[in-house]
Amino acid sequence: MAEIRGGGGGCCPPMDLMRSEPMQLVQVIVPMESAHLTVSYLGDLGLVQFKDLNAGKSPFQRTYATQIKRCGEMARKIRFFKDQMSKAGVSPRVILDKDIDIDLDDVEVKLGELEAELVEINANNDKLQRSYNELVEYKLVLEKAGEFFASAHRSATAQQSEIESQQVGEDVLETPLLQEEKSVDPTKQVKLGFLTGLVPREKSMVFERILFRATRGNIFIRQSVIEESVVDPNSGEKAEKNVFVVFYSGERAKSKILKICEAFGANRYPFSEELGRQAQMMSEVCIIFGCVSDFVYYLMHTVSIQGRVSCRPVIYLLSAMMMVDSQKLLTLSSLLIMFQVSGRLAELKTTISAGLDHRKILLETIGDKFEQWNLKVRKEKAIYHTLNMLSLDVTKKCLVGEGWSPLFAAPEIQEALQRAAVDSNSQVGSILQVLRTKEMPPTFFRTNKFTTAFQEIVDAYGVAKYQEANPTVFTIVTFPFLFAVMFGDWGHGICLLLATMYLILREKKLSSQKLGDIMEMAFGGRYVIFMMSLFSIYTGLIYNEFFSIPYPLFSPSAYECRDASCSEATTIGLIKTRDTYPFGVDPVWHGTRSELPFLNSLKMKMSILLGVAQMNLGIIMSFCNAKFFKSAVNVWFQFVPQMIFLNCLFGYLSVLIIIKWCTGSQADLYHVMIYMFLSPMDDLGENQLFPNQKTVQLTFLFLALVSVPWMLLPKPFILKKQHEARHQGQSYAQLDETDESLQVETNGGSHGHEEFEFSEIFVHQLIHTIEFVLGAVSNTASYLRLWALSLAHSELSSVFYEKVLLMAWGFNNIFILIVGILVFIFATVGVLLVMETLSAFLHALRLHWVEYQNKFYEGDGYKFAPFTFTLVGNEDE
Amino acid sequence: MYGFEALTFNIHGGYLEAIARGHRAGLLTTADYNNLCQCENLDDIKMHLSATKYGSYLQNEPSPLHTTTIVEKCTLKLVDDYKHMLCQATEPMSTFLEYIRYGHMIDNVVLIVTGTLHERDVQELIEKCHPLGMFDSIATLAVAQNMRELYRLVLVDTPLAPYFSECLTSEDLDDMNIEIMRNTLYKAYLEDFYKFCQKLGGATAEIMSDLLAFEADRRAVNITINSIGTELTREDRKKLYSNFGLLYPYGHEELAICEDIDQVRGVMEKYPPYQAIFSKMSYGESQMLDKAFYEEEVRRLCLAFEQQFHYAVFFAYMRLREQEIRNLMWISECVAQNQKSRIHDSVVYMF
Repeated sequence: MAEIRGGGGGCCPPMDLMRSEPMQLVQVIVPMESAHLTVSYLGDLGLVQFKDLNAGKSPFQRTYATQIKRCGEMARKIRFFKDQMSKAGVSPRVILDKDIDIDLDDVEVKLGELEAELVEINANNDKLQRSYNELVEYKLVLEKAGEFFASAHRSATAQQSEIESQQVGEDVLETPLLQEEKSVDPTKQVKLGFLTGLVPREKSMVFERILFRATRGNIFIRQSVIEESVVDPNSGEKAEKNVFVVFYSGERAKSKILKICEAFGANRYPFSEELGRQAQMMSEVCIIFGCVSDFVYYLMHTVSIQGRVSCRPVIYLLSAMMMVDSQKLLTLSSLLIMFQVSGRLAELKTTISAGLDHRKILLETIGDKFEQWNLKVRKEKAIYHTLNMLSLDVTKKCLVGEGWSPLFAAPEIQEALQRAAVDSNSQVGSILQVLRTKEMPPTFFRTNKFTTAFQEIVDAYGVAKYQEANPTVFTIVTFPFLFAVMFGDWGHGICLLLATMYLILREKKLSSQKLGDIMEMAFGGRYVIFMMSLFSIYTGLIYNEFFSIPYPLFSPSAYECRDASCSEATTIGLIKTRDTYPFGVDPVWHGTRSELPFLNSLKMKMSILLGVAQMNLGIIMSFCNAKFFKSAVNVWFQFVPQMIFLNCLFGYLSVLIIIKWCTGSQADLYHVMIYMFLSPMDDLGENQLFPNQKTVQLTFLFLALVSVPWMLLPKPFILKKQHEARHQGQSYAQLDETDESLQVETNGGSHGHEEFEFSEIFVHQLIHTIEFVLGAVSNTASYLRLWALSLAHSELSSVFYEKVLLMAWGFNNIFILIVGILVFIFATVGVLLVMETLSAFLHALRLHWVEYQNKFYEGDGYKFAPFTFTLVGNEDE
Repeated sequence: MYGFEALTFNIHGGYLEAIARGHRAGLLTTADYNNLCQCENLDDIKMHLSATKYGSYLQNEPSPLHTTTIVEKCTLKLVDDYKHMLCQATEPMSTFLEYIRYGHMIDNVVLIVTGTLHERDVQELIEKCHPLGMFDSIATLAVAQNMRELYRLVLVDTPLAPYFSECLTSEDLDDMNIEIMRNTLYKAYLEDFYKFCQKLGGATAEIMSDLLAFEADRRAVNITINSIGTELTREDRKKLYSNFGLLYPYGHEELAICEDIDQVRGVMEKYPPYQAIFSKMSYGESQMLDKAFYEEEVRRLCLAFEQQFHYAVFFAYMRLREQEIRNLMWISECVAQNQKSRIHDSVVYMF
């Protein structure tokens, strides 16, 4: 399809937008061995819509179910690669040459190998990453728990010293019991075990609560928040965690706590008991304060240089000898472990990064071929899906497919079939034959990038019946025009034009990239907007509005002030000095008191003229349809009375409007129209516009009244008669038909023998008639929205101009002026250019869908959806 | 408010009801089941399901499939749908939706406790739990030694806490006790749910009371049948029956003294709605009873969709989905174990 859209010129028959392409139902009989290639070539061609001949079968009972499964599996692997690549930040290379021939089996093997390799690398990396993360957590525990122990110890010793000093200072006066309690030696406390670890922060409160409950409060827990998030070793996800330290007593409590830790996914780390013991021991040994901390740090430094072997005894010794501050020593030994940990960490880090590099290289090699494989697999899957729609011949040697294709494509299809037969070395060629059917063929319009958007507008209402007159032909002009009538301002039009020119000029680039939802819509309708903006510049010139300011562009205004006193916006004091203003509205009207009455009268009448013209066009389209489908009934009993009815009433009104414009008569048209119905015999008096008006009106009224039963009654009876005649004829005719065509007919569904229900047809016709008669009035009134919206637009823009821009100007203050200009710009863009465009668009849409299309458009067809590869590539699952 | 839901229901419930009804259209039909029953292997099932709402959940599963994977992914989809609805719900609908979960919570508690009793690994047990019935501290259940501890430690934080008031004994946990606990909890849960629905009033109360009564009656029958031949006394047995439903109170009196399945049948046949179920079975047989009950339940659940402006559609939808997943599990098992002749034994068709 793309090549047809893109080509447009010589290769294809001239574009026919009025009628959809003539279609035919073709049957293809393909030998098994060349089936795959045939479908592949037809997919490249993209002009056949296959019918599902196995609709009754479930997907896995079809002929090529296994191949589809294979493709599905490959697609899964490709998705896996894609996922991995996006995680690793590798982007697949864009391929330029899409037609590299690769074998599916090779791809399958290759994909399998790569997947296995990737999975293995991932597993290894995960393992490494896990131990790395564990170490990181361990390190954090060491830090935090170390801090905790240190501070606890500090406070404990401080307390003790305080107590001691208290005891020294004031002895007897204190309550003895309390003192006894306080003075318990910390070293003689019950042996407490403790556990350390990390717990996810959101669970920490519950964790604490459960621990508390489980041990009946016989625990002591401390938590400390880790500021940065930590990667959890088990899940590999980032999580916020707390470090906890739990003190408990007794083995039962320990087992309970262990279980609870497990339940909460809290990772425990040994804050080595040895270390704790050390701390205790140290505190026993070294009670004296104030030792040389500098020396310890120096020592530590040397130790860390020499390595971590056999340093502990040294410290013991040293500390015992030098009576080092126990707390510092504790810090020291935990620092030592930290040192070990960070050594391991660094080691792991290099290993992991090496692994990641390896993985990245692998992914890059995958990325090189990724798009190619992806396309191939999708194509294959599409081919097999299509093959599944073909039915297997009884001999199981060939496949039989049926499908719709446009008439013009027959030679191309034939050629593709032959090519496939030759390329696959098949001994027998494929057979293409045309089937006759009564089924309704799909609707296929060949559109180009300009007409597509307009066709979409029509299709959104309903896809045209096969070969029905296509409203798009006129919509291309009328739609932007009616829009512009409501959006008449050439300043705004130029803004729209600039915006859409941007889209059009960069269309190559934009069409290849993914746009946002709204942007996508604007881009899709760029040519519609383009036309809309051109027309709104045109109507803007007619209305003479540029951001609501009139400019005497074509000549100076035809009117001039008689004297100086007429400046206060009246038309009374004006005299005509030149010829009438050549194009559009004279700028002098702007700002006068009679501006609104004048413009309203103009726009209202213009709306009715446009409306009647478009409705007439709709009825004429129905004539085209009747002519095309050779239905004389529709011409004589639908088109003719409809024409008469509409034009006798509203056509006449339009004529009156034009006469009034030309003659400058003062007649009241409301009065004329109303009394034409209420008292047609009365004299028109001063409302007479032309001689014999009364007689003409009486004739028109009579014709309109006659045309109503004309529309209503004959058609159902004629249809009934026709049906009876056909039915009689058919019972004889069928005998003559051959078996083959009979079979085709049964294939084609039961459309041939439709029940004829007279009452239904009659009611249908009644509804149609009522709809048309009432519709003639209401639709004409509906076109007044053209006037209403254009009024709203011009008033809004003049409000923004006068109340914002001019007012800000009036203050003579640069700051206010800037604010005023900003407000004006935003209001113009936001309200006028975006919202008003949208509303005018919607109203134009409505006028087309309802007022125009209901005159002739059936819109109950279905779209031609050929099997093609062009869409395969860019669909995103 | 009865009769006036139509005025106000859609303010808060309209969107969700539309969602539930939309989801209902996605339930597998008889035609789907017929196709599934013809599958040769699990990959076929996956392929068929790929055209349904489960498609996107199964598509990334590597090829040697297992029944558990299929069930797991289907359940995941159910849970996602449920969570989506729960997020959108306002009071009192959110409470109503929460109520639907409690049954699973009870089952999960029982599962973990029983598992721990038989010294299974907690992680393994947690994987087996229904995701709808998960709560934060569920794994901690393994710590508890007896009922009181169970309550005090873990369940006091969960919505199940009030239901526990009736079974707070400090007896050690054993299989029998756990089963009694499950039924007591269920009884309390159903009664609470029933009361809640009555409080909501309107069509919700009407339909839900019917559905819950059926549930209660089914449980009563199951308890009776399961407790025949055990050391459970008649009084204890009677205590496990929920205090509402069609059988309450006279049917309970009679059920409590039943000694074999035919007596149960005799009792149940006095109640017209259950007559049909029991008349399908031959004497002395209880195998098919489950299926018969399920079929009746599905029929009633489907009827819940006939009325508009009430919450029972959510309940019905969730139950139907669970039934659907049970069906899928059964079909997959049958296909995986080459027992295709038995496929129709347990599949309950919905539409």
